[in-house]
Amino acid sequence: MPLCSTRCGKNAVLKRPKTGDALCKECFFEAFENEVHFTITRAELFKPNSTVAIAASGGKDSTVLAYVMKLLNEKYDYKLKLFLLSIDEGITGYRDDSLDTVKQNRDDYEMPLQILSYKDLYGWTMDEIVSEIGRKNNCTFCGVFRRQALDRGANLLKVDYLATGHNADDIAETVLMNILRGDLARLNRCTSIITDSGDGIPRVKPLKYTYEKEIVMYAYFRKLVYFSTECVFAPNAYRGHARVLLKDLEKN
Amino acid sequence: MTDNVEISIEFGGGAELLFDNKKLHIVKLPVKDKQWILGDLLFWIKDNLLKERPELFLQDGSVRPGILVLVNDADWELLDTVNYVIQPKDRITFISTLHGG
Repeated sequence: MPLCSTRCGKNAVLKRPKTGDALCKECFFEAFENEVHFTITRAELFKPNSTVAIAASGGKDSTVLAYVMKLLNEKYDYKLKLFLLSIDEGITGYRDDSLDTVKQNRDDYEMPLQILSYKDLYGWTMDEIVSEIGRKNNCTFCGVFRRQALDRGANLLKVDYLATGHNADDIAETVLMNILRGDLARLNRCTSIITDSGDGIPRVKPLKYTYEKEIVMYAYFRKLVYFSTECVFAPNAYRGHARVLLKDLEKN
Repeated sequence: MTDNVEISIEFGGGAELLFDNKKLHIVKLPVKDKQWILGDLLFWIKDNLLKERPELFLQDGSVRPGILVLVNDADWELLDTVNYVIQPKDRITFISTLHGG
Protein backbone atom coordinates (compact mmCIF):
# COMPACT_ATOMS: atom_id res chain seq x y z
CA MET A 1 0.00 0.00 0.00
CA PRO A 2 1.56 3.33 -1.03
CA LEU A 3 2.08 6.07 1.55
CA CYS A 4 0.36 9.45 1.44
CA SER A 5 2.06 11.85 -1.04
CA THR A 6 2.20 14.56 1.64
CA ARG A 7 4.72 12.41 3.61
CA CYS A 8 2.47 12.49 6.66
CA GLY A 9 3.41 8.85 7.16
CA LYS A 10 -0.08 7.37 6.80
CA ASN A 11 -1.27 4.87 4.21
CA ALA A 12 -2.93 6.39 1.17
CA VAL A 13 -6.58 5.56 0.55
CA LEU A 14 -7.23 7.36 -2.70
CA LYS A 15 -5.56 8.23 -5.98
CA ARG A 16 -6.64 11.73 -6.99
CA PRO A 17 -7.93 11.87 -10.57
CA LYS A 18 -6.82 15.48 -10.93
CA THR A 19 -3.19 15.16 -9.86
CA GLY A 20 -2.42 11.45 -9.53
CA ASP A 21 -1.42 12.07 -5.91
CA ALA A 22 -2.03 9.28 -3.41
CA LEU A 23 -3.59 10.70 -0.25
CA CYS A 24 -4.56 9.36 3.16
CA LYS A 25 -8.08 10.03 4.43
CA GLU A 26 -7.20 13.09 6.54
CA CYS A 27 -5.05 14.74 3.84
CA PHE A 28 -7.78 14.03 1.26
CA PHE A 29 -10.42 15.75 3.42
CA GLU A 30 -8.13 18.73 3.84
CA ALA A 31 -7.27 18.96 0.13
CA PHE A 32 -10.92 18.54 -0.92
CA GLU A 33 -12.23 21.18 1.48
CA ASN A 34 -9.36 23.61 0.82
CA GLU A 35 -9.96 23.44 -2.91
CA VAL A 36 -13.65 24.29 -2.52
CA HIS A 37 -12.67 27.13 -0.17
CA PHE A 38 -10.13 28.35 -2.75
CA THR A 39 -12.79 28.20 -5.49
CA ILE A 40 -15.19 30.23 -3.32
CA THR A 41 -12.65 32.87 -2.31
CA ARG A 42 -10.91 33.23 -5.66
CA ALA A 43 -14.17 33.77 -7.54
CA GLU A 44 -15.56 35.83 -4.63
CA LEU A 45 -18.72 33.75 -4.82
CA PHE A 46 -20.34 35.10 -1.64
CA LYS A 47 -20.35 38.45 0.15
CA PRO A 48 -20.24 38.23 3.97
CA ASN A 49 -23.54 38.50 5.86
CA SER A 50 -25.58 37.18 2.94
CA THR A 51 -28.04 34.32 2.59
CA VAL A 52 -27.55 31.28 0.39
CA ALA A 53 -30.07 28.67 -0.74
CA ILE A 54 -28.45 25.33 -1.51
CA ALA A 55 -30.37 23.47 -4.22
CA ALA A 56 -30.78 20.08 -2.52
CA SER A 57 -31.94 16.91 -4.24
CA GLY A 58 -30.73 14.44 -1.65
CA GLY A 59 -28.18 13.13 -4.16
CA LYS A 60 -24.43 12.91 -3.65
CA ASP A 61 -23.50 16.33 -5.05
CA SER A 62 -25.95 18.45 -3.10
CA THR A 63 -25.43 16.43 0.08
CA VAL A 64 -21.66 16.98 -0.13
CA LEU A 65 -22.23 20.64 -1.07
CA ALA A 66 -24.44 21.24 1.98
CA TYR A 67 -21.96 19.47 4.27
CA VAL A 68 -18.91 21.33 2.94
CA MET A 69 -20.68 24.71 2.85
CA LYS A 70 -21.63 24.33 6.52
CA LEU A 71 -18.10 23.21 7.42
CA LEU A 72 -16.35 26.02 5.51
CA ASN A 73 -18.83 28.66 6.71
CA GLU A 74 -17.92 27.77 10.28
CA LYS A 75 -14.20 27.20 9.71
CA TYR A 76 -13.52 30.36 7.68
CA ASP A 77 -16.32 32.49 9.12
CA TYR A 78 -17.98 33.37 5.79
CA LYS A 79 -20.88 34.76 7.87
CA LEU A 80 -23.44 33.11 5.57
CA LYS A 81 -26.96 32.05 6.47
CA LEU A 82 -27.57 28.74 4.70
CA PHE A 83 -30.91 27.29 3.55
CA LEU A 84 -31.85 24.11 1.74
CA LEU A 85 -34.19 24.44 -1.24
CA SER A 86 -35.75 21.31 -2.75
CA ILE A 87 -38.05 20.82 -5.68
CA ASP A 88 -40.66 18.08 -5.62
CA GLU A 89 -41.23 17.22 -9.27
CA GLY A 90 -43.93 14.72 -8.39
CA ILE A 91 -42.15 11.55 -9.52
CA THR A 92 -43.44 8.56 -7.60
CA GLY A 93 -40.79 6.14 -6.39
CA TYR A 94 -38.01 8.66 -6.91
CA ARG A 95 -38.45 12.16 -5.56
CA ASP A 96 -40.73 11.14 -2.73
CA ASP A 97 -37.92 8.94 -1.40
CA SER A 98 -35.10 11.40 -2.04
CA LEU A 99 -36.97 14.15 -0.14
CA ASP A 100 -36.65 11.99 2.97
CA THR A 101 -32.88 12.26 2.53
CA VAL A 102 -33.13 16.04 2.23
CA LYS A 103 -35.15 16.17 5.45
CA GLN A 104 -32.35 14.17 7.08
CA ASN A 105 -29.86 16.77 5.78
CA ARG A 106 -32.07 19.52 7.26
CA ASP A 107 -31.85 17.88 10.69
CA ASP A 108 -28.17 16.87 10.47
CA TYR A 109 -26.90 20.22 9.20
CA GLU A 110 -29.45 22.37 11.06
CA MET A 111 -30.49 24.32 7.97
CA PRO A 112 -34.06 25.48 7.28
CA LEU A 113 -35.62 23.58 4.36
CA GLN A 114 -38.09 24.88 1.78
CA ILE A 115 -39.78 22.41 -0.58
CA LEU A 116 -41.64 23.64 -3.69
CA SER A 117 -43.64 21.29 -5.88
CA TYR A 118 -44.34 21.30 -9.61
CA LYS A 119 -47.96 20.62 -8.67
CA ASP A 120 -48.24 23.84 -6.67
CA LEU A 121 -46.19 25.95 -9.09
CA TYR A 122 -47.50 24.65 -12.42
CA GLY A 123 -50.57 22.56 -11.59
CA TRP A 124 -48.92 19.43 -13.00
CA THR A 125 -46.75 16.71 -11.47
CA MET A 126 -44.02 15.15 -13.61
CA ASP A 127 -45.97 11.86 -13.47
CA GLU A 128 -48.98 13.63 -15.02
CA ILE A 129 -46.85 15.35 -17.67
CA VAL A 130 -45.27 12.05 -18.69
CA SER A 131 -48.66 10.36 -18.93
CA GLU A 132 -49.67 13.09 -21.43
CA ILE A 133 -46.50 13.42 -23.53
CA GLY A 134 -45.05 9.90 -23.27
CA ARG A 135 -41.54 9.01 -22.28
CA LYS A 136 -39.56 11.19 -24.65
CA ASN A 137 -37.66 14.37 -23.78
CA ASN A 138 -38.86 14.09 -20.17
CA CYS A 139 -35.60 15.41 -18.73
CA THR A 140 -35.65 18.39 -21.07
CA PHE A 141 -39.09 19.46 -19.78
CA CYS A 142 -38.23 18.62 -16.21
CA GLY A 143 -34.92 20.49 -16.35
CA VAL A 144 -36.54 23.68 -17.62
CA PHE A 145 -39.29 23.45 -14.98
CA ARG A 146 -36.82 22.74 -12.19
CA ARG A 147 -34.59 25.64 -13.12
CA GLN A 148 -37.55 28.00 -12.94
CA ALA A 149 -38.83 26.36 -9.76
CA LEU A 150 -35.44 26.93 -8.12
CA ASP A 151 -35.51 30.57 -9.23
CA ARG A 152 -38.96 31.01 -7.72
CA GLY A 153 -37.89 29.26 -4.53
CA ALA A 154 -34.86 31.52 -4.23
CA ASN A 155 -37.14 34.56 -4.68
CA LEU A 156 -39.57 33.21 -2.10
CA LEU A 157 -36.78 32.71 0.44
CA LYS A 158 -35.39 36.16 -0.48
CA VAL A 159 -31.85 34.77 -0.56
CA ASP A 160 -28.86 36.54 -2.07
CA TYR A 161 -27.44 33.46 -3.83
CA LEU A 162 -28.54 30.08 -5.14
CA ALA A 163 -25.79 27.43 -4.93
CA THR A 164 -25.99 24.24 -6.99
CA GLY A 165 -23.98 21.02 -6.74
CA HIS A 166 -22.77 20.95 -10.35
CA ASN A 167 -19.37 19.23 -10.39
CA ALA A 168 -16.50 19.18 -12.90
CA ASP A 169 -17.83 16.02 -14.59
CA ASP A 170 -21.32 17.52 -14.97
CA ILE A 171 -19.85 20.58 -16.62
CA ALA A 172 -17.67 18.48 -18.95
CA GLU A 173 -20.82 16.54 -19.96
CA THR A 174 -22.69 19.77 -20.59
CA VAL A 175 -19.84 21.08 -22.75
CA LEU A 176 -19.96 17.87 -24.81
CA MET A 177 -23.77 18.01 -25.12
CA ASN A 178 -23.67 21.60 -26.30
CA ILE A 179 -20.98 20.77 -28.87
CA LEU A 180 -22.95 17.74 -30.14
CA ARG A 181 -26.11 19.85 -30.38
CA GLY A 182 -24.27 22.79 -31.90
CA ASP A 183 -25.70 25.08 -29.23
CA LEU A 184 -23.09 27.84 -29.26
CA ALA A 185 -24.96 30.21 -26.94
CA ARG A 186 -25.15 27.58 -24.19
CA LEU A 187 -21.62 26.35 -24.90
CA ASN A 188 -20.43 29.87 -24.23
CA ARG A 189 -22.10 30.26 -20.84
CA CYS A 190 -22.31 26.71 -19.48
CA THR A 191 -18.89 26.82 -17.82
CA SER A 192 -19.41 30.09 -15.92
CA ILE A 193 -19.06 29.74 -12.17
CA ILE A 194 -21.62 32.51 -11.62
CA THR A 195 -24.68 32.95 -13.83
CA ASP A 196 -27.57 35.36 -13.51
CA SER A 197 -31.11 34.37 -14.34
CA GLY A 198 -32.22 37.98 -14.60
CA ASP A 199 -33.77 38.28 -11.14
CA GLY A 200 -30.62 39.53 -9.45
CA ILE A 201 -30.05 36.25 -7.59
CA PRO A 202 -26.75 34.83 -8.86
CA ARG A 203 -26.49 31.07 -9.32
CA VAL A 204 -23.12 29.79 -8.17
CA LYS A 205 -21.28 26.46 -8.48
CA PRO A 206 -18.83 25.95 -5.58
CA LEU A 207 -18.06 22.36 -6.73
CA LYS A 208 -17.28 23.42 -10.30
CA TYR A 209 -13.67 22.16 -10.10
CA THR A 210 -14.43 19.08 -7.99
CA TYR A 211 -14.29 15.69 -9.70
CA GLU A 212 -17.18 13.28 -9.33
CA LYS A 213 -14.93 10.49 -8.08
CA GLU A 214 -13.74 12.70 -5.22
CA ILE A 215 -17.28 13.75 -4.32
CA VAL A 216 -18.34 10.11 -4.04
CA MET A 217 -15.18 9.16 -2.11
CA TYR A 218 -15.63 12.16 0.18
CA ALA A 219 -19.23 11.18 0.93
CA TYR A 220 -18.12 7.57 1.49
CA PHE A 221 -15.25 8.39 3.87
CA ARG A 222 -17.28 11.05 5.71
CA LYS A 223 -20.16 8.55 5.92
CA LEU A 224 -22.64 11.07 4.50
CA VAL A 225 -26.03 9.60 3.71
CA TYR A 226 -27.29 10.36 0.23
CA PHE A 227 -29.93 9.06 -2.13
CA SER A 228 -28.72 7.15 -5.17
CA THR A 229 -31.60 5.86 -7.24
CA GLU A 230 -31.72 6.93 -10.85
CA CYS A 231 -34.86 8.83 -11.84
CA VAL A 232 -37.43 6.47 -13.38
CA PHE A 233 -37.70 8.74 -16.43
CA ALA A 234 -33.96 9.35 -16.92
CA PRO A 235 -32.72 6.31 -18.91
CA ASN A 236 -33.71 7.93 -22.22
CA ALA A 237 -32.01 11.24 -21.51
CA TYR A 238 -29.52 12.76 -23.93
CA ARG A 239 -27.16 13.51 -21.02
CA GLY A 240 -26.70 9.77 -20.51
CA HIS A 241 -24.99 9.48 -23.91
CA ALA A 242 -22.67 12.41 -23.11
CA ARG A 243 -21.83 10.80 -19.77
CA VAL A 244 -20.95 7.45 -21.34
CA LEU A 245 -18.87 9.18 -24.02
CA LEU A 246 -17.00 11.17 -21.37
CA LYS A 247 -16.31 8.10 -19.21
CA ASP A 248 -15.01 6.23 -22.25
CA LEU A 249 -12.75 9.14 -23.21
CA GLU A 250 -11.30 9.15 -19.69
CA LYS A 251 -10.05 5.57 -20.04
CA ASN A 252 -6.45 6.48 -20.96
CA MET B 1 -4.08 -25.77 -3.91
CA THR B 2 -5.45 -23.11 -1.57
CA ASP B 3 -8.38 -23.11 0.83
CA ASN B 4 -11.67 -21.36 0.22
CA VAL B 5 -11.26 -17.61 0.48
CA GLU B 6 -13.96 -15.88 2.52
CA ILE B 7 -14.45 -12.21 1.72
CA SER B 8 -17.17 -9.61 1.94
CA ILE B 9 -18.46 -7.72 -1.05
CA GLU B 10 -20.36 -4.45 -0.67
CA PHE B 11 -22.35 -2.44 -3.20
CA GLY B 12 -23.31 1.20 -2.81
CA GLY B 13 -24.15 4.46 -4.54
CA GLY B 14 -26.83 2.70 -6.59
CA ALA B 15 -24.69 -0.28 -7.70
CA GLU B 16 -26.75 -2.43 -5.30
CA LEU B 17 -29.72 -2.03 -7.65
CA LEU B 18 -28.07 -4.57 -9.96
CA PHE B 19 -27.86 -7.04 -7.06
CA ASP B 20 -31.45 -7.27 -5.82
CA ASN B 21 -30.86 -4.18 -3.68
CA LYS B 22 -28.67 -6.24 -1.37
CA LYS B 23 -25.69 -4.21 -0.18
CA LEU B 24 -23.60 -6.74 1.72
CA HIS B 25 -22.64 -10.21 0.49
CA ILE B 26 -20.39 -12.52 2.49
CA VAL B 27 -19.04 -15.10 0.07
CA LYS B 28 -16.65 -18.05 -0.04
CA LEU B 29 -14.68 -18.11 -3.25
CA PRO B 30 -14.15 -21.65 -4.52
CA VAL B 31 -10.72 -23.28 -4.52
CA LYS B 32 -8.76 -22.86 -7.73
CA ASP B 33 -5.24 -23.55 -8.99
CA LYS B 34 -4.06 -19.97 -9.03
CA GLN B 35 -4.59 -17.12 -6.61
CA TRP B 36 -7.75 -15.09 -6.90
CA ILE B 37 -7.18 -11.66 -8.36
CA LEU B 38 -9.74 -8.86 -8.45
CA GLY B 39 -10.18 -9.33 -12.20
CA ASP B 40 -11.29 -12.95 -11.59
CA LEU B 41 -13.65 -11.77 -8.88
CA LEU B 42 -15.43 -9.39 -11.28
CA PHE B 43 -16.39 -12.32 -13.51
CA TRP B 44 -17.30 -14.47 -10.51
CA ILE B 45 -19.64 -11.69 -9.33
CA LYS B 46 -21.17 -11.46 -12.80
CA ASP B 47 -21.83 -15.21 -12.84
CA ASN B 48 -22.93 -15.62 -9.22
CA LEU B 49 -24.34 -12.40 -7.77
CA LEU B 50 -25.41 -10.14 -10.62
CA LYS B 51 -29.17 -10.12 -11.17
CA GLU B 52 -29.59 -7.88 -14.20
CA ARG B 53 -27.97 -5.89 -16.99
CA PRO B 54 -24.33 -7.10 -16.81
CA GLU B 55 -23.29 -4.29 -19.18
CA LEU B 56 -23.97 -1.82 -16.35
CA PHE B 57 -21.37 -3.58 -14.19
CA LEU B 58 -18.71 -5.00 -16.50
CA GLN B 59 -17.13 -3.50 -19.58
CA ASP B 60 -14.01 -4.63 -21.46
CA GLY B 61 -12.82 -6.96 -18.70
CA SER B 62 -13.09 -4.40 -15.91
CA VAL B 63 -15.83 -2.52 -14.08
CA ARG B 64 -17.85 -0.09 -16.11
CA PRO B 65 -16.31 3.39 -16.02
CA GLY B 66 -17.99 5.34 -13.22
CA ILE B 67 -17.95 2.47 -10.71
CA LEU B 68 -15.39 3.02 -7.96
CA VAL B 69 -13.73 0.00 -6.34
CA LEU B 70 -12.21 -0.07 -2.86
CA VAL B 71 -10.29 -2.84 -1.13
CA ASN B 72 -10.55 -2.57 2.64
CA ASP B 73 -11.51 1.09 2.16
CA ALA B 74 -8.59 1.90 -0.14
CA ASP B 75 -8.94 2.94 -3.79
CA TRP B 76 -8.09 -0.02 -6.03
CA GLU B 77 -6.19 2.35 -8.32
CA LEU B 78 -3.49 2.30 -5.62
CA LEU B 79 -3.49 -1.52 -5.68
CA ASP B 80 -2.95 -2.36 -9.35
CA THR B 81 -6.75 -2.61 -9.95
CA VAL B 82 -7.71 -5.94 -11.58
CA ASN B 83 -4.33 -7.51 -10.71
CA TYR B 84 -4.73 -7.14 -6.94
CA VAL B 85 -4.37 -10.55 -5.23
CA ILE B 86 -7.35 -11.14 -2.96
CA GLN B 87 -6.62 -12.01 0.67
CA PRO B 88 -8.92 -13.83 3.12
CA LYS B 89 -11.29 -11.45 4.97
CA ASP B 90 -10.85 -8.70 2.38
CA ARG B 91 -13.72 -6.26 2.08
CA ILE B 92 -14.29 -5.23 -1.53
CA THR B 93 -16.62 -2.27 -2.11
CA PHE B 94 -18.20 -1.18 -5.39
CA ILE B 95 -19.71 2.31 -5.48
CA SER B 96 -21.53 3.67 -8.49
CA THR B 97 -21.01 7.35 -9.25
CA LEU B 98 -23.55 7.35 -12.05
CA HIS B 99 -26.78 7.84 -10.15
CA GLY B 100 -27.50 11.51 -9.96
CA GLY B 101 -29.67 13.96 -8.09
